[in-house]
Amino acid sequence: MTRVDARGLSCPEPVVMLRNAMASGEDAYEIVVDNTVSRENVTRFAEHQGYAVSVAEADGEYTLTLKR
Amino acid sequence: METEVKLTKLASCAGCGAKVGAGTLARLLEGFETRYDPNLIVGYDKSDDASVYVLDENTALVQTTDFFPPIVDDPYLYGRIAAVNALSDVYAMGGEPKLALNIMCVTDAMEKSTVQEILRGGYGAAYEAGAIITGGHTISGAEPIYGLAVSGFVHPQKVLTNSGARPGDVLILTKPLGIGVLTTSAKAGMVDGPVLTRIYDQMAQLNKAARDVMVRFPVHSCTDVTGFALLGHSFEMAQGSGVTVHLQAGRVPFHPEAYDLADMGFIPAGAYRNRDYAEPGVTVKADVSRAMLDLMYDPQTSGGLLMAVGEERSEELLRQLRDAVPCAAVIGYVTDYTENSILIEA
Repeated sequence: MTRVDARGLSCPEPVVMLRNAMASGEDAYEIVVDNTVSRENVTRFAEHQGYAVSVAEADGEYTLTLKR
Repeated sequence: METEVKLTKLASCAGCGAKVGAGTLARLLEGFETRYDPNLIVGYDKSDDASVYVLDENTALVQTTDFFPPIVDDPYLYGRIAAVNALSDVYAMGGEPKLALNIMCVTDAMEKSTVQEILRGGYGAAYEAGAIITGGHTISGAEPIYGLAVSGFVHPQKVLTNSGARPGDVLILTKPLGIGVLTTSAKAGMVDGPVLTRIYDQMAQLNKAARDVMVRFPVHSCTDVTGFALLGHSFEMAQGSGVTVHLQAGRVPFHPEAYDLADMGFIPAGAYRNRDYAEPGVTVKADVSRAMLDLMYDPQTSGGLLMAVGEERSEELLRQLRDAVPCAAVIGYVTDYTENSILIEA
């Protein structure tokens, strides 16, 4: 599973990083962000691309697990 | 060889998306003493676009300021858009801008010619508005900033505040939504050249023509739709006027490309701030898509005028507006307060 570290980045960079990573066409990805705007935008993008998203929060960081 | 530093790369936040949220702003201003002056007929306690101070029975002074970091890489266009956006607050009060001061921050990475082009864009907008730039103030800092402090005039009886909407009014918006989503997407390289040209032209367009038509009609209330988005500014209008604003989602004009990009998650941080602020005042009454709501919360840079006019004159106003600003559209109506400040309908 490809892991994308988008901590410290603001919109639209995390979405762009995930989009680039998705070029590999895997069925699962993990992406870490550290703000709610990125959490929402990444969730939207992943759902739009046909992935189900689950979010785990710890210490102000959000780990999003994407599966299809 | 391309050695120039991209202006938008020097900015952490684009255009009106840099605006501090309305809720945060209200908390910052809490507890400050406001001085009463009978001639100050619109002050900062009203959350309006500009302050208005009566000088004599025929003249009131309109004052406002607006500035932001680069929203585009072309320095001339950036200067033009920032100035057009600042001048718009005077138009939103029904006034005419007359004097302006430059407000500027430059960084070490900026070439002299870049700074001059920004100013040239600002001067061009001011002159087109019939205003003159009489001076200004420039500092050096970490991020570029440009904008204007603008003074204008309006007849004291013809001031258009954001708190004058009346039950029975029809709401008209003069520019399509989606600027925040599209400028955010542009940073990700997701927007084609022709679409960029279209939104740049829109942001660079003064609200002068729309204002000049508006003042020929008995418009009750006006505001410009900028950083707080359609819903934030409508919320202020509804609250200030003590009415309910009904927005008809199916009639709200927007850039179609912005809809798809919002659906994909290219949503600026300012849109989330606007949602936090206005959502308690908004009730969605129809099956309106998530992306459409995003566009209604999307911060607009140099957005259009939102005006409330009696239903009987609304058709003629819209007809004349469309000669000047073809995208103008009726987007809703006003009733006595019922249920919530804003009801979103189909």
